[in-house]
Amino acid sequence: MSDNQAPIACHGATSHAVDDSPFVNGLWKHNPVFVQVLGMCPTLAITNSVRNAIAMGLATTFVLALSNGLVSMIRKIVPNQVRIASYIAIIATSVTIVGYLVDAISIPVSIALGPFIPLIVTNCITLERAEGYAAKHKVTKGVLDGLGTGLGFTFALTCLGTIREVLGSGTFLGFSLFGPHFEPWVLFVLPPGGFIALAIWLMIFTTWRSWRAKLKKATTKPGLVAIAEVHS
Amino acid sequence: MNESLTHIVLDSMFINNFVLAVFLGMCSFIGISGKFATAWRMGLSVMFCITVSGVLSYFMNILLVAVHAEFLRLICYIIIIAATVQLTEMFIKKKSPALFRELGVYLPLITTNCAVLYVPLMLTARNYNLVQTTVFSLAGSGGYCIAICLLSLVRERIDLSDVASLAKGTALTLVLAAILSMAFMGFAGMGN
Repeated sequence: MSDNQAPIACHGATSHAVDDSPFVNGLWKHNPVFVQVLGMCPTLAITNSVRNAIAMGLATTFVLALSNGLVSMIRKIVPNQVRIASYIAIIATSVTIVGYLVDAISIPVSIALGPFIPLIVTNCITLERAEGYAAKHKVTKGVLDGLGTGLGFTFALTCLGTIREVLGSGTFLGFSLFGPHFEPWVLFVLPPGGFIALAIWLMIFTTWRSWRAKLKKATTKPGLVAIAEVHS
Repeated sequence: MNESLTHIVLDSMFINNFVLAVFLGMCSFIGISGKFATAWRMGLSVMFCITVSGVLSYFMNILLVAVHAEFLRLICYIIIIAATVQLTEMFIKKKSPALFRELGVYLPLITTNCAVLYVPLMLTARNYNLVQTTVFSLAGSGGYCIAICLLSLVRERIDLSDVASLAKGTALTLVLAAILSMAFMGFAGMGN
């Protein structure tokens, strides 16, 4: 993974043209966390338990679907110069709605997520999807993409949350896994554990991708290998 | 709330360091910490943005409470932040075009740096007065500056060593950040 991947993706310049289905693309192929390395702050901060991770993921999904839908609705009216400002205003409005919604549904969850609910505004993923996808596509596609990306984000958060909760407190969704004699590896629920868990997942995905690339190279014709190498 | 200023400084700079304990501003922390020379300048730009927007949002909050429009907080804060970042960008472009090119896309991206929005949110939640606001903004962003400088210094050394290809790039940076974060956990005892 190259170092300058994050800024390009953050800036919304990478809108991959091949989209068979926006939902599946966001969910897996361009998974915001594992592939694009976006939205790091909530990924690291909120994943010390699976329950928080899922709540955070769903809140972000809702914001993404809402803001993507609204952005693609106004994409032909808004002048080019003020588009980013209006996207941010739309995202901030969606986040305000979600904030009140979470408060209404569950106060404990709202307290556990704390400032990270309003901080969805500054999550790169929302702006990246608005600028990179919703601004160029129809409303239905925009909403689908928002849902897919959001669920992809939820999936990634759950992956991290699982490692951290199982190792760090010996539970999964609050249920004890190893019985009373398990000595929890407390480091994993503390901040450093977030960094380590994400590093582990990134290494797993890098290995998997390089393994797949090798497999692909072996099956393609020799003439195409050079082209594949340039693009990888 | 009546917190002493020393407590605010220690708490926001070391104990609850913005980057290494609360996980704010990860994008730029990982993305722009490759070189020390760029890292400290980025740290200072973020410090400037956070302090100016923090103080401005303090006044904005008073205004919003006066007109009973608290639900507009988030939108108003983000607009203040965007304006401040724009101002900083213009200032740096005028004063140092070289630095402007070097910071590149990360300069406008300070707008979507969570640390900048975190400060006004915390001011509101903790009811800080103007002096506490200024101290909190300066100390918190100073903590960000310290963290990004430390990481960039370590990464400059790592560049020269032989690293397994599996861990190269973001994964290695994350592991380094984890070690720094463990070191900062040692400050936790100072709070009591």
